[in-house]
Amino acid sequence: MNTRRFDALIVGGGGAGLRAALQLARSDYKVAVVSKVFPTRSHTVSAQGGITAALANVDDDRWEWHMYDTVKGGDWLGDQDAIEFMCREAASAVYELEHMGLPFSRLDNGKIYQRPFGGQSKHFGGDQATRTCAAADRTGHALLHTLYQQNIQHRTQFFDEYFALDLLRDADGYCLGVTAMSIETGEPLLIEARTTLLATGGAGRVFWNSSNAMINTGDGLGMVLRAGLPLQDMEFWQFHPTGIAGVGCLITEGVRGEGGYLLNKHGERFMERYAPHAKDLAGRDVVARAIAIEIAEGRGCGPRGDYVDIKLDHLGEKTIAEKLPGIRDLAIRFAGVDPAEKPIPVAPTAHYMMGGIPTNLYGQVVAPARFGPEEPVPGLYAVGECACVSVHGANRLGGNSLLDLIVFGRAAGKHMLEYLRDNPYPRSLPGNAAEASLARLQRWDQAGSERVAAISDDLRRLMQTHAGVFRTDAVLREGLEKLNELEGRLAHAGLQDTSRVFNTARIEALELENLMGVARATLVSAISRTESRGAHTREDFPARDDEHWLKHTLYSRAGDQVDAKPVRLKPLTVESIRPKERVY
Amino acid sequence: MKFRLYRYSPESGEKPHMQDVELDIDPVGKMLLDALLAIKAQDETLSLRRSCREGVCGSDAVNVNGKNRLACITPLGELKEPIEVRPLPGLPVIRDLIVDMEPFYRQYRSIKPWLINDGPEPEVERLQSPEDRALLDGAYECILCACCTTACPSFWWNPDKFVGPAGLLQAYRFIADSRDEATSARLDNVEDPYRLYRCHGIMNCVDACPKGLNPTEAIGRIKSLLVKRRV
Repeated sequence: MNTRRFDALIVGGGGAGLRAALQLARSDYKVAVVSKVFPTRSHTVSAQGGITAALANVDDDRWEWHMYDTVKGGDWLGDQDAIEFMCREAASAVYELEHMGLPFSRLDNGKIYQRPFGGQSKHFGGDQATRTCAAADRTGHALLHTLYQQNIQHRTQFFDEYFALDLLRDADGYCLGVTAMSIETGEPLLIEARTTLLATGGAGRVFWNSSNAMINTGDGLGMVLRAGLPLQDMEFWQFHPTGIAGVGCLITEGVRGEGGYLLNKHGERFMERYAPHAKDLAGRDVVARAIAIEIAEGRGCGPRGDYVDIKLDHLGEKTIAEKLPGIRDLAIRFAGVDPAEKPIPVAPTAHYMMGGIPTNLYGQVVAPARFGPEEPVPGLYAVGECACVSVHGANRLGGNSLLDLIVFGRAAGKHMLEYLRDNPYPRSLPGNAAEASLARLQRWDQAGSERVAAISDDLRRLMQTHAGVFRTDAVLREGLEKLNELEGRLAHAGLQDTSRVFNTARIEALELENLMGVARATLVSAISRTESRGAHTREDFPARDDEHWLKHTLYSRAGDQVDAKPVRLKPLTVESIRPKERVY
Repeated sequence: MKFRLYRYSPESGEKPHMQDVELDIDPVGKMLLDALLAIKAQDETLSLRRSCREGVCGSDAVNVNGKNRLACITPLGELKEPIEVRPLPGLPVIRDLIVDMEPFYRQYRSIKPWLINDGPEPEVERLQSPEDRALLDGAYECILCACCTTACPSFWWNPDKFVGPAGLLQAYRFIADSRDEATSARLDNVEDPYRLYRCHGIMNCVDACPKGLNPTEAIGRIKSLLVKRRV
């Protein structure tokens, strides 16, 4: 079997992976990036509104206020040491991107343009802050292309269109690389590395109605589960309030940041009832629930009453052209309306996974082991949406995702350099390290009666129905039973196409295996959490329950076990932000 | 609806051929990508690239009824039947609708697509006026889908020598950036009978760009900068 060897390996070519790769590529170590798509096709490219950092370019600002908003936005489930680290590092991380050439929009004085975003305040919960740095409404595109360009300059080795299959580990638990497959040739490949970073992004494609790219199938999460490692806080999925109705494509929160607002069928600005102070710029979970309630109670718009309107024509043609050109484009193409004239029909759409692979501040993957509940898995790192560090807690604030990628991508890259210095000699790979992985690949050469596409569709509908905005024990358990059936069907699935070259049907089958693991983790974790917090809304347990549930869940595949670990309420240097009622 | 799809699988031993496919689909509100995925759900041997399905990642560029377009933002209802879908022209076909993009990426890399500024870095951002920033509009938005470059006859003849419209648009994006200090070297890099001057202003690129960008105009600006430099 073909083998390639590197010092460091990055799995995933989105913002987090490329930021970490850049840190390593600037050193003398050999770094490779494995990506199942050409890197600029990664989902970071779809991020619209911006990246949040307290630069104070428009208005007074301090990173401490950003930290407060992030803790509150996450309904106190975020770890305050990680949140302090992110908010403190934010400004320098953004300036660094600017130095790399990211084409930020500019203010008249030449500084980076910033816009208001949801959940962002001044003075610890006071007036609206203006904190989110933007390149028009294409910030993710600008960020991803800039990082890719920097990596070309620094000669990062890219394995484009290679699909990572499984982690390689030795008996002591060290991660020594991955098994992968060239999508173009279908050939398996061993990539050995002294240290490996997972930056495989989210898994939003587990829901029927999703803002996510089709490639967001939780591949890194599947790899981690198969390696016997846990996933954290998987019950927390963000439903973005404003996806284009019936399509799912995102209408950025920046629309509301620039002054757009939501209307029900009576033309009422209903957010005034749900969040009297912040209105349309309340936390995303708050706004998504409000829309879901308006629709459920018969105040939705359109012939079926299944969406609400977002109005922005009053912003004027000029603001829309300068600040929201991509949104206008999307609305015209996918909703058939020009937002400069008419409101856009929107409804909540699955958007972001707050949970993921548990890590510490340095991006090291941690798991309960002999010496404690959070012991690093040697050599293994995770960053970005696939990771749970946890800065987003129970609900992520807009603009904090790109920031998470950059801050922790950089931190993990730096720590991997230290790890390489401390572990200068490669460990030898056990002879059978790739066996299970190759068997899993070969399994798809066998015929089967069930079709992958049909199971995928059923899985997404199941999750939409049983793990959506509002949940109950009965609904979740029914979902889990249906999932058991689907897993039974998956065991009998086979491909019609067993060719080697660019067999995307095979890739979709492997992706489905990963999504199944994500779905199970989500349902089991959601059943266990008998409270409502952030994006996890239990109709049978409508209140937040700090006494019993101010803690993270840790899901393990073996026996569907859910353990808990405490939330770190102690920041690095500042005072703890004590839990209180979350109102906007 | 009726489709004619380009099919080629190197393992089958068959020559490339067009396949007629009928699909029961209501075109209202649907894009070509929806139809291609519905066809793939019936016959999983059909291979194509796709990712964002909203026109920002640049994966699913194909040739539709003779024009290069992104399948995900091409309204199905606007297309004349039978809808003929082929891989992008001018690049080697790997399988079905999937081409080898490497010649395109190689030209992109050749223009050194990264900001060059060796000055000391300030602790904060470098300043740039809104007017200077506006010069990047129409250039930085490129998604590297290759619709333009593979619509260009000059690229078809000289894919190894002519940078092509996408690469030249990116060259201009850095030349136009007030923060970039390598304008002279960038102009040297393209001042060549093939690399730049194979562009004869045919303007297929402008017609093909799904993001409404204008590479011909950017190429014109590079050419006029070169003229100015000479006098």
